[in-house]
Amino acid sequence: MATITLEFIDWLVIILYFVTIIGIGLYLKKFSNTGDDFFLAGRRNNSWVAGLAFLSANLGALEILGWTGGTVKYGMFVAHFYWIGAIPAMLFLALYMMPFYYSSKIHSIPGYLLLRFDEKNRRLNAASFAIMTILMSGINLYLMAIVFHIVLGWNMHISIWVSAAAVAAYITLGGLLSAILTEIVQFFLIWFGLFLVAVLGIIEVGGIDNLLNSLPDSMSALWSTASDHSANGMGVTWAGIILGLGWVLSFGYWTTDFLIVQRAFSAKDIHAARNTPIIASFFKMILPIIVVGAGLVAWKLQQSGQITFLEKNGHIWYDSALPMLIARYYPAGLVGLGITALLAGFMAGQAGNVSAFNTVWTYDLYRSIFKKDATDEHLVRVGRITTIVGIFLSILTAYWAMAFESIMDYIQAIFTWVNAPLFATMLLAMFWRRTTSAGAFWGLLTGMVTSFSLFLILKFGQINIPALGFLYDEAGKYDMSNNLWRAWWAWLVTLVLTFVISLVTTPKPESELVGLVKGLTPKLDMSDVPWFRKPVFWAAVAMVCVISLNIYFW
Amino acid sequence: MTEQNMKMFSIWFWVGLVLGIYGLIITGAGVYYIFNPETKTVLGHYNPSLWWGLIMLVFSFIFLAITGFGKNKV
Repeated sequence: MATITLEFIDWLVIILYFVTIIGIGLYLKKFSNTGDDFFLAGRRNNSWVAGLAFLSANLGALEILGWTGGTVKYGMFVAHFYWIGAIPAMLFLALYMMPFYYSSKIHSIPGYLLLRFDEKNRRLNAASFAIMTILMSGINLYLMAIVFHIVLGWNMHISIWVSAAAVAAYITLGGLLSAILTEIVQFFLIWFGLFLVAVLGIIEVGGIDNLLNSLPDSMSALWSTASDHSANGMGVTWAGIILGLGWVLSFGYWTTDFLIVQRAFSAKDIHAARNTPIIASFFKMILPIIVVGAGLVAWKLQQSGQITFLEKNGHIWYDSALPMLIARYYPAGLVGLGITALLAGFMAGQAGNVSAFNTVWTYDLYRSIFKKDATDEHLVRVGRITTIVGIFLSILTAYWAMAFESIMDYIQAIFTWVNAPLFATMLLAMFWRRTTSAGAFWGLLTGMVTSFSLFLILKFGQINIPALGFLYDEAGKYDMSNNLWRAWWAWLVTLVLTFVISLVTTPKPESELVGLVKGLTPKLDMSDVPWFRKPVFWAAVAMVCVISLNIYFW
Repeated sequence: MTEQNMKMFSIWFWVGLVLGIYGLIITGAGVYYIFNPETKTVLGHYNPSLWWGLIMLVFSFIFLAITGFGKNKV
């Protein structure tokens, strides 16, 4: 069932993209010889490059397609994931956590846990993160294949293998540097390829005010329907938004997800690293123009019978909203650009996950367990092989995602298993010097098991456990609401358990924690930096902007 | 010159190059639609290809100019 037909000019645009990224990979190969080059892009990027890469690692096609579909399903509440669910955490990372990450010269977040605690903490986090990246990489592949199969009529297997081969080629050649540069090219392709959809959609419905005024409150309000979970499409109250999303899921993702933070590690110095998330926050803030704007237009057009969403497994497939708008507005040529933007987004999402996977596997599992005396050259070779293996594993996991109606529900579920508990661990690790290795390990393990168990009980068990009525806004009914609350409880379990165990076990001597814990790390000397260039100033500007947006769309 | 101190094209050069190539293709399609109006899409009469392609070319020029059209390597 193909709903978009590609002309010669569209194919030309798509093929040019493949030629470009493979060309960039080949060009960068000679610059990626050492471990730092391959895994940290040589720590040579300025804050603009690192900042755009930081956001691009998050801004895959999954994000764009998933949240446009999410807007059709949940309405304006999706903007929470861009504002309260992102900006405060990004700024917190920049101001408070980046100094510990960057100055310890680690290659990965598990690397920090090794320095702060011990080997078993590192391995636990590395293993869970490696599994998560492969799942995420797989869903990129799966979704790309299903989109191109349903929308364009392409063969699913060919879609998967061609794009997997292209990603394998440019990551194997250029490592993180290649991933970062292609992510930035993809960032611009997404803006130029998809922004126009929202613009044309808003033109068709008569402007933004006209659009918002024609929607019911459950679709157009950001906070005014948050006091009652039945008044909004997401089925969540303000408490779930603030605790589950604004605090745990958001901080867990933006401050501990190595895939994202790795981009800041590629910055050339600590100041550039701190500015990285701040620059990214401004771009993150304006993304709802594409995502929420296009989603609301799609909802309105669907209600008036002007477009029909595709179906998958007998249900309305919300994630088809964006391709349906592309088919509605884009003539030949622009269709190619729109499809290329989606392709680039999927491939960049996959590349980001695979490059993070190969860093964590190579440094935190392979070197730690199998070859402690590995040379730099040997590790780069292992990294290249790991890329290929990671892509094969991604292909295997690609089909698991089929069980989920909306991909963002699936992705947020994965984050609740890994990132939410890890955020509690990292918070205590960085800001409480009394935190012990045993506390961190058992707290993190229990938090992850708790989160995954809660997920399984609701997903497959269909068991009516009275306690869940307390844990969730309305147990089992809303996937996203369940995700937000599960994140909160997993975080709390990890925090409390880590705290209690740490009180009865022996902490590391303070001499071993210098540079890793607040209070034992020398403050950065910012005296020669003018006020308008200080991270704290731009973080304040970003906060004012995001608060204003929340008030405007209240 | 060793590999460690080799200089490479800035990322902005690549961005400018990609936007330039795509801008030319999309603008070319827009010019074609002036003489052969596009009727299959809802807002085809606005000829979005033409003005969007031109916007891409403007951004391409800015990014290429930043890098001295490829001369300023990093």
